[in-house]
Amino acid sequence: MSGITSSTSVLKPGTPAPNFTLHSAPDQSMALSQFRGHPTILAFYPADFSPVCGDQMTLYNEILPEFQRFNAELIGISVDGVWSHLAFSKDRNLHFPLLSDFEPKGEVAKKYGVYRSQDGITERALFVIDSDGIIRWSYVSPIGINPGAEGILKALESNLLQSRNQKM
Amino acid sequence: MSREEEIIKLTLPVNSNRDHIQGPSAAPVTLLEYGDYQCPYCGQAYPIIKQVQKHLTNKLRFVFRNFPITQIHPHAQHAAESAESAAAQNKFWEMHDHLYEHQQALDDNHLEKYAGELGLDLTRFNHDRSSHAHTQRIREDFLSGVRSGVNGTPTFYINGMRYNDSWDLETLLKTLRSKF
Repeated sequence: MSGITSSTSVLKPGTPAPNFTLHSAPDQSMALSQFRGHPTILAFYPADFSPVCGDQMTLYNEILPEFQRFNAELIGISVDGVWSHLAFSKDRNLHFPLLSDFEPKGEVAKKYGVYRSQDGITERALFVIDSDGIIRWSYVSPIGINPGAEGILKALESNLLQSRNQKM
Repeated sequence: MSREEEIIKLTLPVNSNRDHIQGPSAAPVTLLEYGDYQCPYCGQAYPIIKQVQKHLTNKLRFVFRNFPITQIHPHAQHAAESAESAAAQNKFWEMHDHLYEHQQALDDNHLEKYAGELGLDLTRFNHDRSSHAHTQRIREDFLSGVRSGVNGTPTFYINGMRYNDSWDLETLLKTLRSKF
């Protein structure tokens, strides 16, 4: 199968999450460092507007209250431009930001080891970053399969347990 | 870490005390659907499942659980509550089918009309709605789906394992038949 990111390139748990600043709207940018102090979920996905109900971003939008129980923030990232994101976000009534890894194309995805250079899109990849900016969990799903939320929730739960144990 | 297609399991096993089930408990194959009444893909799947049931008869047990995607389907929650209300009056499957056969009209007025058409006690039906009698159950279904790796609607599980292939009639029948 062509275009598969080798399992060695995706950033592993324990790695500090590379900071980045991307457009969240035509006139606005957002930096990862803004989310320091919260667990942060980065959901890289191939493209806006896939034709199913509950595509990955729609699904996470529905599950947002479950993420928020952990005080976690969710960010979606694809190489689509800000206008596509705006339309997609409006269409799906999304309550979390979509960032545009558009120019230079896939630069942030590359930093995270999840850019499919042959296809010019990102992998379907998830990262859970703790409140200190360290990656605690990462996962690359086969491109055609929506990985759902269970992996994220498990990572948030174990992250919570870990930080509780550390405080003891 | 990257993975080949892994086996994703249902975390809440089928339970005859709480689930909506058609077919014998001893059936060799169980097909479980997490569905949303306003989802057009679930609407497409509905007649396919009917066909599958016709072909497999008592070899198949079919289970339906709620997974309403309320942010994009504004009528999905009330439609689900209507079906659960109907369940409390022993007419779950009649309402489930009726909803999928009338997906273009799932607003509250129509839901009440359907309850009337199915001969439900309307006072009880309306009281269930206003008292959120079935909201918790629907939330339980939804969360069980989240924890089981539901990744859109419809999501199917065959004998407790998430089914990722096409649910066109031919492929689905072939897969189900291979289980017995």
